[in-house]
This record gives sequence, C-alpha cells and structure tokens, in this order.
Amino acid sequence: MRLIIRQDYDQVSDYMASYIKDRIIEFNPTADRPFVLGLPTGSSPVGVYKNLVKYHQNGQLSFKNVVTFNMDEYVGLPRDHPESYHSFMWHHLFKHIDILPQNVHILDGNANDLEEECKKYEEKIKSFGGIELFLGGIGPDGHIAFNEPGSSLSSRTRVKTLAYDTILANSRFFDGDINKVPRMALTVGVGTVMDSREVAIIITGAHKALALAKCIEEGVNHMWTVSAIQLHPKALIVCDEDATLELHVKTVKYFKGIDDAIQNIIGRENVGLQGNYK
Amino acid sequence: MPSQVNLAVSNQRDREHNRSRLVKIVNARLIRDHKIINDDVLYLYNGKIIDPQTYFFTCGDLPDVVIDAKGLLIAPGFIDVQINGAFGVDFSQWHDEEKMKKGIDNVARGLLKYGCTSFVPTLISSEMEIYHKVLPLLKPRKGNKTNGAEVLGAHVEGPFIMPSKCGAHEESYLRVASGGFSDFVKVYGLNEGKDQIVKIITVAPEVEGVLDSVEDLVHKGVTVSLGHSSATVAQAESAVEKGARFITHLFNAMQQFHHRDPGIIGLLGTTRIPRPYYGIICDGIHVHPNSIKMAYDSHPKGAVLVTDAMAAMGLPPGDYALGDIPVRKINNERVEVIENGRLAGSVITIDACIRNFKKFTRCSIVEAVEAATLHPAELLGIQNIKGTLNIGADADLVFLDDDLKIVKCFIAGEEVDI
Repeated sequence: MRLIIRQDYDQVSDYMASYIKDRIIEFNPTADRPFVLGLPTGSSPVGVYKNLVKYHQNGQLSFKNVVTFNMDEYVGLPRDHPESYHSFMWHHLFKHIDILPQNVHILDGNANDLEEECKKYEEKIKSFGGIELFLGGIGPDGHIAFNEPGSSLSSRTRVKTLAYDTILANSRFFDGDINKVPRMALTVGVGTVMDSREVAIIITGAHKALALAKCIEEGVNHMWTVSAIQLHPKALIVCDEDATLELHVKTVKYFKGIDDAIQNIIGRENVGLQGNYK
Repeated sequence: MPSQVNLAVSNQRDREHNRSRLVKIVNARLIRDHKIINDDVLYLYNGKIIDPQTYFFTCGDLPDVVIDAKGLLIAPGFIDVQINGAFGVDFSQWHDEEKMKKGIDNVARGLLKYGCTSFVPTLISSEMEIYHKVLPLLKPRKGNKTNGAEVLGAHVEGPFIMPSKCGAHEESYLRVASGGFSDFVKVYGLNEGKDQIVKIITVAPEVEGVLDSVEDLVHKGVTVSLGHSSATVAQAESAVEKGARFITHLFNAMQQFHHRDPGIIGLLGTTRIPRPYYGIICDGIHVHPNSIKMAYDSHPKGAVLVTDAMAAMGLPPGDYALGDIPVRKINNERVEVIENGRLAGSVITIDACIRNFKKFTRCSIVEAVEAATLHPAELLGIQNIKGTLNIGADADLVFLDDDLKIVKCFIAGEEVDI
C-alpha cells in the first residue's frame, strides 16, 4: 500500500486528479480496450472531479474511451432528484466532459427488481474485464461506498440498509430532515471494490483521522470496512495532514520518507506511476 | 415533469431522425432562477431547451454540435412589448398588404441583432380601417431563423385614450367607448378571430366606457394597460382591481406625480392591490435616469423595458417621417420633429435599454436582464416558454459579455448572423 500525504484537501485533489489523468493517458485506451474507472460520490471526490474537468477543457484528457461504474445509489429516490447520485455525477463530472452516455453505469435505485439490478451490475463489470482503477472516499466510520461497519469484506453489489450515523450525516442534504433521507441504497460490495486492479482512496479532514488509523495501523476488520485494502496488491491512499492526526509519528515518517526518497534519491523519472521501479 | 418533456422529445427525435440536431453549449454562465449559474451547460433540441441530465441518462445520444460559450453570459432572448416600427417600417402606416407583410418580416429579422427574439408590434391610435387591415397580419407567428423574432401578437395603443395626453397620436382618431365593450369589439374587430391577435390594449380608464370594459377585455385574454391618461390614482386603482396589469411607458403621457394624487404613477405605491407591471423607455431622454431609479427602487419586480421605437430605429441618422411629420434622427438615442425640435419617438434598441437600465439603477446584471425577459413574459403569461432558460422553454438565447453587449443570438435553437 502507498500512502501519500499532502498539505490539504486541494493538494490531495490535485494529486489524485493528476494521477488518474496520467493513468488514463498511460493506459492509452481505445474503443475496444477502454479504461474502466470506478467512481464515488460525496464531498471527497468533488475537488478531483473539478480538476479532471479542467484537464478535459484544456484538451489534456478525453473520456471518449473511458467506461465508468459508480459505487452506489439511493433506493427509491427519483433519478433527477437533486440529491440522487445520478444528479451528483451529472453536475460534477459528466455534463462537462465528452464521455459517451452508454459508457456510464450507475445503479438504478428505482429498478423493479433490485436484486436483479445488482446482479446485472456485477455481470456488466465483468463484461468489461473488471475495473482498472476504483477511486473511493471513506466515511468517518471507515465505510467505503455504502458498506457500513459490519459489512462482509467479501460482499458483492447488493441492497443495503443505511446506518443511523449515515442517515444523520446525509440529512444535511435533505433539508435537515432525517425522514426525507432514503433508508436503503444499492452499493457495490467490499469484494467488488477489492476485485479492481487498483484501489485509490482519498481521506481528508481531522474527522476522518481515526478511520485512517484504524484502516492502516490495525488489523483487517469488518467494523472499518476500508481496512480490507490491506489485502489489496495495488492500493493507494492520498490523505491530508489533518487526516494523519491519529497515526503514529513513525507511520507518518515512514510514508513521507518514501515520498522523499522518490523525490530526492531515486528520482521521479525512475519510478512508474504505480510506484514500480522502471 | 422534465422526464415527460424528454420522453416527448425522444419520441419526436425518433420520428424526425436526421432532421433535428442536439446542440450542447458548454462553459456558459446562465442567467437562470434569478442568479448567474457558473460553468453550466445547455442542451437545445428541436427549438427547445431540454433537460440535459435526463437526456443523457435516457436517450444516450451525444450532442451533434458542442458550442463553447467561453465563459460568456447566456440570457433568454429579449422581449419588446411596445415597438411601433423599425428599419423604415411603421406598423401604423398602411400602403398595401404586401408592403406591410414585407415590413413585418424585415423588422422581425432585423431585431435579432439586438437580441430581441420576441416582440409585440404596436399600433398607435388609428382609423378603424387600419386595425382591420393590419391586425390580421400580426397574428402570432413562431420565431425562427427564417421568420426572425417571434411575433407574439399585437399591442394596440389607443384609440380609447385621453386627447390631453395623446402625445404623438393623431387626436382626431381618439374615441370614447360609450357602447362599452362592444365598441372595442367593433374598432379592433375582436370577434373576427382577432381576439387571438390583440395581446395588449393601452387605454385611459377615465375615458367614457373604458373602466366598465376592462373585465370583458381581460376575459378575452387581453392584457389591459393604462396609459395616455390623466387618471387619478383612484381611477387607476379601480382599473387594476378590474384586471388591468400594465402601465404603458410609465411617466410619459400621464398625469405627473402629485403627492396628494399621484395618478397612475401612484400605482407603484399601492399596498391594497397587486401592483401592475410598468413599461419604461430607458433611452435616458424620455425619462430622466433618476426617475427610472425611483420607479425601480419602489417596484423592482414590475419593471418591463420597452423601446417604444419608431421607424427610424435601426437606420442611420438622417431625415425620416413620423406619419406625415418630417423628423430628423440625430443619433441612436434622439429623433426630433424638424420644425420644432420636439421629441418624435424613440429610436433606442432593447439591448441598449438593458445597459442603460443597469447604469441608471445600479441593479445587478440579472435584474437588468429580467426586466427585458422574465418580466415581460410574466406580463403576457408566457413565462413557461419565453423569458427564461428553464427546461421546456423556447431555445431563444443571447450570449452577452460583461458589458451586456451582444455576442451571439440564437432563435428556436439556431444561431443567427448578427
């Protein structure tokens, strides 16, 4: 696992967006061999999306041959509701870029048969040969997508009931009224995320410091579902200084030391994007 | 609602495959919902503004054309509800049918370069015969690249107005409505299908028979406007209670403000009844900028910018005629009667009105634009399709720089040369 520490949210967003851009360009996707990207919603990725849009507007990045799969969607919320994840993705990313509508995949929380919808989603991911890079954020309780504490670490896409904490947290988007927050969501499983060839997680803010510590300094634990990335061969976490508050000094120094070594001893030009020596 | 609109759009698209283009405008600052929305996109399809999100997730087509607005403002097309003519055309001057038809076409096409995508051609007080000849030619007509600006119907200013406030109208044409509503029917030919044509009637409420006709006119779907009148505030309020909703060129051709009886102007201060919209000529000549600021401050949501332009609008300075009177256009703001130097109507364009209005009142860009888009649309009850950039509205758009100068104009989804 790599841990990249940057000063603040903006620098974290810059790093992650630039990383995704470079990965897509290096992959050199074509219509037959698209880059398959997993995407989150929420406050964590907003800055990343802003930067990706900028890259597109500058002509540095095209999404013509990018296929996306989103992590989750509320059940029963109209697709064009301002708080739906369809709306979120449209406003923050899709409306600004040249992605083909048929390459965009978001779970349908209004499907007649929700279980069938989840099953089809897994099959769809498989039909594209799996996800190349899954971008994610986490909640203060360490959840990834809607895989609330206690979710199976081998879970697949399925219907989930939201934890009370999540409902409370999300009520700010629903006029502060917890009764308006949908109680259920469709979400990819922890297993679905871990199946992707690379997982890249953004963690920022002091309120997520405990989650980061639980996720990387303690054991794999279904109460902090993102800790499953400890078993992933290619995991990247980009966090800000605030998010490191609960880490051991030693942990922070170790990962900063790696960053420093690449920068000043090995030379960035000798290191591949995913941390491999060239 | 948006999903229904889109379903209709997609069905229609299937039927007309290869005929309509989907246009996407990116990197725009949209004047929408009383604010400027930064870095947004618009989808135009089949002459309408459609819901891009629903379109993206259901129809799955990519836009045929992507237009980069490069950060310009996009406003709804401007609406002028009082315009007597332009480009040498006077809607009240009859020669023959062909000439009038041609004249209307010329004005409709010519107005687009000022961002005016809808207008209500206006007739000043005329002989009955003129109404019967001209009004049928002013039947509402969709705006598009070929037709030019949309004709929304006609505005008839007079002849049921006060001789003492007749302005440039010919006094001998003025009348009273002693027969009540039936006089309106007779003069304009309202029952011969023209009730769909006459959208606004300017009347003086103190003229005999007028006040009692207001309700019937409103019932016919006509917007009743008060003007060319020396009505007291009480008379004006009675007319508003009966359904009048507009004031024709506030301050001009009405009893001037007096603190004990503020007349029609006093409607801006009423609390008893809903305040009407008011037209205002923002050329800096017909009304002093300070008066405009005072009107705006007292009733900002009621301001409707009108040009009240005459035939010399859009023409270079020179000698022209207003009816039979020789007049001289001095510059793009002033036209005078040659004989005595009196004002001979306005030659301002609607885009210049907006810029002036912002300068005179120091209102925001959004408020200035709404006075020539949303407010006139609300006045006519067509705000679902005109005067906004809402989903389902007609795709009449103006690209503006920050000085509110026109950069591009679209009508019914198509860009026009300006």
